[in-house]
Amino acid sequence: MFRALLDALTFQAGYNAALVVLGAGLLGIAAGSGGTFLFLRKRALISDAVAHSTLPGVGLAFIVMVMLGGEGRSLPGLLLGSALSAGIGLLAVEWITSRTRLAEDTAIGAVLSVFFGFGVVFLTIIQTMSSGYQAGLEGFLLGSTAGMLFNDAVVIAIGGGLAVAFVVLLRRPMTLVSFNPEFAAASGVDVRRTDLAMMGLVMAVTVIGLKLVGLILVVALLIIPPVTARLWTERTERVILAAGIIGGFSGYVGAALSASAPHLPTGPIIVLVGFALFVLSLLFAPARGVLAALIRHRQFQLRVHRRQGLLALAHNEAIFDKLTLAVLRREGLIRQDAVATDKGRAAAAKTLRDESRWAVARQLYEDEAVFARYDGLTPIESVMTRDEIAEIDRRLGPPAAAS
Amino acid sequence: MNSAALELASDRGRRVVLPTPAESPLAVRELTVSYGEKPAIFSIDATVPAESMTAIIGPNGAGKSTLLKAALGIVPRLSGRVLVFGQPLSEAMHRIAYVPQRASVDWDFPTRVIDVVLMGLYRELGLLRPVRRQHRERALACLDRVGMADFAGRQIGQLSGGQQQRVFLARALAQNADLYLLDEPFAGVDAATEKAIIDVLKALKSERRAVVCVHHDLATVAQYFDYVLLINVRKIAEGPVATTFTGENLQKTYGGRLATTHIDQLKLPAA
Repeated sequence: MFRALLDALTFQAGYNAALVVLGAGLLGIAAGSGGTFLFLRKRALISDAVAHSTLPGVGLAFIVMVMLGGEGRSLPGLLLGSALSAGIGLLAVEWITSRTRLAEDTAIGAVLSVFFGFGVVFLTIIQTMSSGYQAGLEGFLLGSTAGMLFNDAVVIAIGGGLAVAFVVLLRRPMTLVSFNPEFAAASGVDVRRTDLAMMGLVMAVTVIGLKLVGLILVVALLIIPPVTARLWTERTERVILAAGIIGGFSGYVGAALSASAPHLPTGPIIVLVGFALFVLSLLFAPARGVLAALIRHRQFQLRVHRRQGLLALAHNEAIFDKLTLAVLRREGLIRQDAVATDKGRAAAAKTLRDESRWAVARQLYEDEAVFARYDGLTPIESVMTRDEIAEIDRRLGPPAAAS
Repeated sequence: MNSAALELASDRGRRVVLPTPAESPLAVRELTVSYGEKPAIFSIDATVPAESMTAIIGPNGAGKSTLLKAALGIVPRLSGRVLVFGQPLSEAMHRIAYVPQRASVDWDFPTRVIDVVLMGLYRELGLLRPVRRQHRERALACLDRVGMADFAGRQIGQLSGGQQQRVFLARALAQNADLYLLDEPFAGVDAATEKAIIDVLKALKSERRAVVCVHHDLATVAQYFDYVLLINVRKIAEGPVATTFTGENLQKTYGGRLATTHIDQLKLPAA
C-alpha cells in the first residue's frame, strides 16, 4: 500500500493514474484559491446551487449531441452544457434575491433542488434512449476517474490555470468587495460585475471539477481549503495562497491515495484529505486553533495571578496563593522568602499606576469597556493609542497621586 | 432651483457666501431614492459650500445615509442629479473619499490595519501595480495622522470601536480627495477618538477641502460644523449653522420627537 502510494505520488503508477493525480492537484489549487473570495464574501453556499445546477446541462447536452448524430459523451460538449445551465441557475438565484423578498439562502435552496430534479429527470430519460452510450453520465454526480483521458487532464489543466490567473488578476477588487462593498463602489469598483466575476470563477472551477470529483463534492473543494487557510493567517493574500496550497495538496494526495488501493473512490478521498487538514488546523493553528486557545487561557490565568500578586506587593499584603507565588518567583519579582525584589517593587508600582489608568479608562470609554480588554491584565500600551493614554494621565494627575 | 441659495442671501442682511452648483464640492438637485414605493429621500436640493464642514442632520430613518450613498452613486437614484465640483458624478468620483459606517463591515475579516489603509490607494494601484515602500509609507503617514501608526500590523479584529473608526478615516485620507463624505464618524466612539477625528477633519478644511458628515449628536453641531443640512425624507432647511441650526428648524425636522427642553439645552446660536 505504501509502495503503491509512493508510486502514485511520483506519477509512476501508470499513465491514467498519473493524469488523475496531476489533474486533481491542479483542480485543488484552482478551487482553493477561487473559493476563498466566496468564503470571504460569506456566500459559500452559493457554490452548492451552482454545482447542482450543472446537472440538467449535462443531460441536455448529451441528448442534443446524440440527436445531432454525434458522440454523446464528448467532454467539452458536456462541460459547455453544464456551464450554461450553471449560469442560468446562478442568474436565477441573483434574480430571486434582488427582485423578491426572499433571502439568498431560500433562493439557493429552491434553485438547487429544482435544477437537480430536472437533471435527474434528464438522466432517467437518457437511460431509456437507445443510443447505448449513456453509461458514465452518473459519474458527474460523484466523480469518476476510470475513463480519464489525456484530453480531460488538459481541460482541467487549462481551466485551472485560467482560474488561478483570474484570481491573481482580480484579487484586489474582489478583496475590496468582500470586505466593504460600499467603499469598493465609492472607489470605482463595479461591485455587481466583481460579484459576477467571483461567481463565474466558482462556476468555472465547478465545471472543470465535475468529471473528477463530481458535482456533489466539488463544493467541498471550494469551501474547505479557504476555511482551513483562514485558521493560519490574518492576511487576505496569504489566505488565498494557503487555500490554493491546501486545495492542491488535498487533490494531489487524495488522488494518489485512491490510486494506490483498489476500490477507493477519488472524489471522496480528496475531500477527506482536505477535511483531515482542516481538523489538524482547527486543533493546532497558532492563533485561531483550539490548542492555542487553551494555552492562551492558561496564560491569562497566569496574568491574573501576576497582577493580583503585584497589587498585593504594592499594598504590602501577604501572598498565600501557591500559583501566585510561583509566577512572581519565576519572573524574579520576589525572593524565595516572598519578599519583593527591586524589580518586583518597580513592577508593583507600575501595576498600581496602570490600575488607576484602567479605572479612568473605564469611565471614559463606558461603551467600549464592556467589549474590550479593559481588565488591567493587558498592558495598557497595547490596547490604547498614545494620545488616549496621555488623556488618561492628564485626568489622573502626577504619578504620586496614584498611590 | 437655487431657492436655497437665494434664501441665504436675504438672511438677516449678513454677508453669506453664495454656493453655486458650479463651484460647490457637492450639489444635488431633486434627488429622490426609493427602496420600494416609499421614498427614502424625496426631491432633495442641497448645495454644499466649498472649504466647509457640513453636517447632515435628521431623525432615524430620515435618509441621511441614503443621501450620502445616493450622492456617491452607491444606491441607484430614482431621479435627480448630482454635481461634484460642477461635474457629473462619473467624472469626479476620484475626488471623493467615503467613510462608511463602522458597523457595515465584518471586523473579523483577515486583514491588517495597514492593509485597510492601503485599500484607499486602489485607484492608484489598480489591478496589478505592486505595493511599494512609498505606498506603505503614505499609508503609515495617514495612520499617524489619526494616531494609529503603532497599530499598523494589528489584525483589525483587535481594535476598539474608536480605533476602527480611526482606521476608516486613515483609509479615506489615503485617497487624498477634495471632498470627504463621512457616515456617522462619531457614532459610539470614545472622547479621545472624537477629538482625534475632529482635529483631522478641521485640518482637512484648512487644506481647502470640503467635509460632509452625517451627524447625530445635536449638542456638538455648532462646535464642529459651519453648514447644516436638515432633512427628514424631504429637505427641511440648509444654510450656515449660525442662521439655520435653530430651534424652529429642529422642531420641523424632528417633529414631536425632540422635546422643547432638549432644544433649549442645546444653547443654539440663533434660537
